[in-house]
Amino acid sequence: MSQLASLTLYNNDDARPIIDAILADNPGVRVLKMPGAVKLDCEDKLVVKRASVEERMGHSWDLQEIHLVLISMAGHLDEDDDQFAVSWSH
Amino acid sequence: MTVQIKTLDFEPKRQTFGHIARRLGADKPATRYQEATLDIQATANFHYKPLWEPEFWQYDTRKTAVVMEDWYKPLDPRQYYYATYNIARANMNQAVERNFAFVEERDLIGRMSADARANVERGLLPLRHLHWGSNMNMAEMTQRGYGAAVTAPCIFSAGDHLGMAQIISRIGLELDGQTGASLDKAKDAWMNDAAWQGVRKLVEDTFVERDWFQLYVAQTLGVNGVILQFAYRNCDAAWKEGAITIAMLTEFMSDWRAEEARWSDHVVKTVAAESAENKALVSQWAKHWIDRAIAAVGPLSDALLGDGGAAAKAAGDSAAAKARALGLAL
Repeated sequence: MSQLASLTLYNNDDARPIIDAILADNPGVRVLKMPGAVKLDCEDKLVVKRASVEERMGHSWDLQEIHLVLISMAGHLDEDDDQFAVSWSH
Repeated sequence: MTVQIKTLDFEPKRQTFGHIARRLGADKPATRYQEATLDIQATANFHYKPLWEPEFWQYDTRKTAVVMEDWYKPLDPRQYYYATYNIARANMNQAVERNFAFVEERDLIGRMSADARANVERGLLPLRHLHWGSNMNMAEMTQRGYGAAVTAPCIFSAGDHLGMAQIISRIGLELDGQTGASLDKAKDAWMNDAAWQGVRKLVEDTFVERDWFQLYVAQTLGVNGVILQFAYRNCDAAWKEGAITIAMLTEFMSDWRAEEARWSDHVVKTVAAESAENKALVSQWAKHWIDRAIAAVGPLSDALLGDGGAAAKAAGDSAAAKARALGLAL
């Protein structure tokens, strides 16, 4: 049985490019809108790519800045300078 | 008693302004950059024709020979509007302050030889006049250009040039013990030194260029692409043992040139890609102004580096290569 990998982010101007990048990079992601927050669910794996976010923001972006808008996450974290991924695979 | 807390999610009736939604093709949340830029400039219902230029309206697409179906196509990839621009520049200026403090604390300017100081006075300080001229040009494009997508970043760029003129002036004040004597000498070099007259003539010629997009090409590919490339990149050897100190004090200019080019290259590329006529015009302007800039910097390059103008040529070659990469035929 597969599990859902998930990220919950604020729904604000700072998070919007990140949300857009996640939607573009993860086919099959499901969006749950809550007051002030957006929960993104995907089977097995969800990845945030620095390059996609930078392209939408128009300036360089440190992946660790995601913590400024990250509310909650589900999945094992695998991160480096270029991507931030949550998944249940080992 | 138990209290149940319920949340209700209210969807706003509109996500953004109607004119932005029409641009985006759907009513979805827009970025602040989009809301502060798209269709901001007035396009109709002007009341009085300007007396000084009665053939045009205040905002008029005919003030340049290039034709764009939509002047909001050349958007700013940096997505600058007032707040983001100022935050970015405040951060860059903090680095400037730290670098000046570092250089003062270790008296790095005092350790430079008289020879190196003389070269900085003659070769670097007059650039404050070039930056002032560039400020004039960017402000001119702001007032004669069309569409907030292009004119808003133009006024930011004008502010940047004024800031860089101030940084250069501060380097001069470091050299002369805060008396301003070196700035007077630099003004004299700008006005009378034969090595500078080509650059001065070029800048003064751009002042009277009436086609604002030709001025844009002259400023970004000619002045920024060749003259500033030479001054801040290819000229290090002239500052001798002070090269690292000057590199530190002009770090803002290096960062700025890389960042400004992202915007100005994108604008030139987009306008040239619009039509074959645009491409031909922009290519012709780029060739004209890059060639003029190379010829203008040549004597300066020879006077400072004794290289017969090789460094100026190298700066010009990099500008021409860049212009070709933007899709221009040079």
